[in-house]
Amino acid sequence: MYAFNYHRPKSTDEAAKLVAEAEDGKLIAGGMTLLPSMKLRLAAPSDIVDLAAVEGLRGITVSGKTVTIGAMTRHVDVQTSAEVKKAIPALAALAGGIGDPSVRNRGTIGGSVANADPAADYPAAVLGLNATVETTKRKIAADDFFTGLFETALEPGEIIKAIHFPVPDAAAYEKFPQPASGFAMVGAFVARFGKDVRVAITGAKDHVFRVPDMEKALAAKFSGDAIAEIKLPDDDMMSDIHCSADYRAHLVTVMAKRAAAKAAG
Amino acid sequence: MSTKVSMTVNGRKVSADVEPRTLLVQYLREHLGLTGTHVGCDTTQCGCCAIHLNGEAVKSCTILAVQCEGADVVTIEGLASPDGELHPMQKAFWEHHGLQCGFCTPGMVMVACDIARRKPDADEATIRHGLEGNICRCTGYQHIVEAVHSGIQAMNQGKR
Ligand SMILES: Cc1cc2nc3c(=O)[nH]c(=O)nc-3n(C[C@H](O)[C@H](O)[C@H](O)COP(=O)(O)OP(=O)(O)OC[C@H]3O[C@@H](n4cnc5c(N)ncnc54)[C@H](O)[C@@H]3O)c2cc1C
Ligand code: FES
Ligand code: FES
Repeated sequence: MYAFNYHRPKSTDEAAKLVAEAEDGKLIAGGMTLLPSMKLRLAAPSDIVDLAAVEGLRGITVSGKTVTIGAMTRHVDVQTSAEVKKAIPALAALAGGIGDPSVRNRGTIGGSVANADPAADYPAAVLGLNATVETTKRKIAADDFFTGLFETALEPGEIIKAIHFPVPDAAAYEKFPQPASGFAMVGAFVARFGKDVRVAITGAKDHVFRVPDMEKALAAKFSGDAIAEIKLPDDDMMSDIHCSADYRAHLVTVMAKRAAAKAAG
Repeated sequence: MSTKVSMTVNGRKVSADVEPRTLLVQYLREHLGLTGTHVGCDTTQCGCCAIHLNGEAVKSCTILAVQCEGADVVTIEGLASPDGELHPMQKAFWEHHGLQCGFCTPGMVMVACDIARRKPDADEATIRHGLEGNICRCTGYQHIVEAVHSGIQAMNQGKR
């Protein structure tokens, strides 16, 4: 790992300023993505700005039909939260399926969403549940947030403060995990809000996406069978040593079908 | 540029000037001489380096020493009693043949104690899921799972 300067600010204003003033400043949350990439010298920031001491970024609150999760809330906190388990059990289960227990004891929702790994789990919930990402500058709708491979609508120095999840009538997440890391080879988040259904897929393309054909079919009939025959073309699916593009396309249908069946109960 | 960091390690207050890029595992092994915590990978996957940070298992290869300012750290060396009597989880690994070469063992034991804390009634499936971040290249896991199960029961019976 290359040398860097370390900062531990107390407020988001101070953190944003430190990042802006640095030659190549990076925020650190749980460090479960940033530190491994620095160890492999894939990232070499000049300055690390730790969000750990910034007040007001942690915790879970439920008000009315919204669950709000602070950016620095760890995966283990979402996994074990009685409020999340009651309001959106699929979200608690998703958090409990990230990596392994030691990773969940450090990694945060803000870090995962900001990082936008094409195979990360949380982006599927953010998009599937039509969540809103609240930053130091604005509120960004999930449909506008994930823009490409490891790319989001976040501007340099913009910090995620919290994520607001609308509570669905029914939801489920199913993933086919990469056995070594737990990341999604393909993961499908299905959520129903009244007559509207959203289907978000992670792991298959360069970033998380919705499947309008499946959403329409599920709005007409909310069951796994309703989408069992909907196949996606594989031309823009990722292909690697673990999983070819056509296998990923196949998994999209299987995972979405399982998630829909589970959500339909 | 070095930064001063202070923390408690195995009940002892320690502080040092470290480079910010010093990983907690390097601080433990190279500054404090606590070489029971191992390094088995570069990718945060093997779990050999697991320690307890404020009572929870974390991978000490993927946290900076400076991030642990003010923290309470326990390593494998901190589990046994000062008189040398092994912790019940260590005894269980011994009794159930939960190790062969022993390289993964410190991390396995630290994570096993974390499972005991969170899930005192853990069954085999829960234990196996709980060990997902720990890789063993020798045992095939069966004896480790048995050791953890027995260790959790011993801990429940208040053998510490
Ligand atoms: C062994 C292993 C297995 C894993 N398995 C999975 C898995 O199965 N599924 C999965 O989804 N993930 C997995 N992960 C990734 C894990 O979930 C990470 O915790 C997560 O992706 C990043 O969160 P973090 O808090 O650790 O962020 P960090 O590593 O600290 O930061 C990641 C990036 O986000 C930026 N950032 C952090 N917080 C903010 C913020 N509030 N506002 C703006 N930018 C911010 C940082 O600058 C950095 O660029 C795994 C990681 C490991 C090491
Ligand atoms: S050395 Fe820390 S996980 Fe492998
Ligand atoms: S006992 Fe050798 S790696 Fe586990």
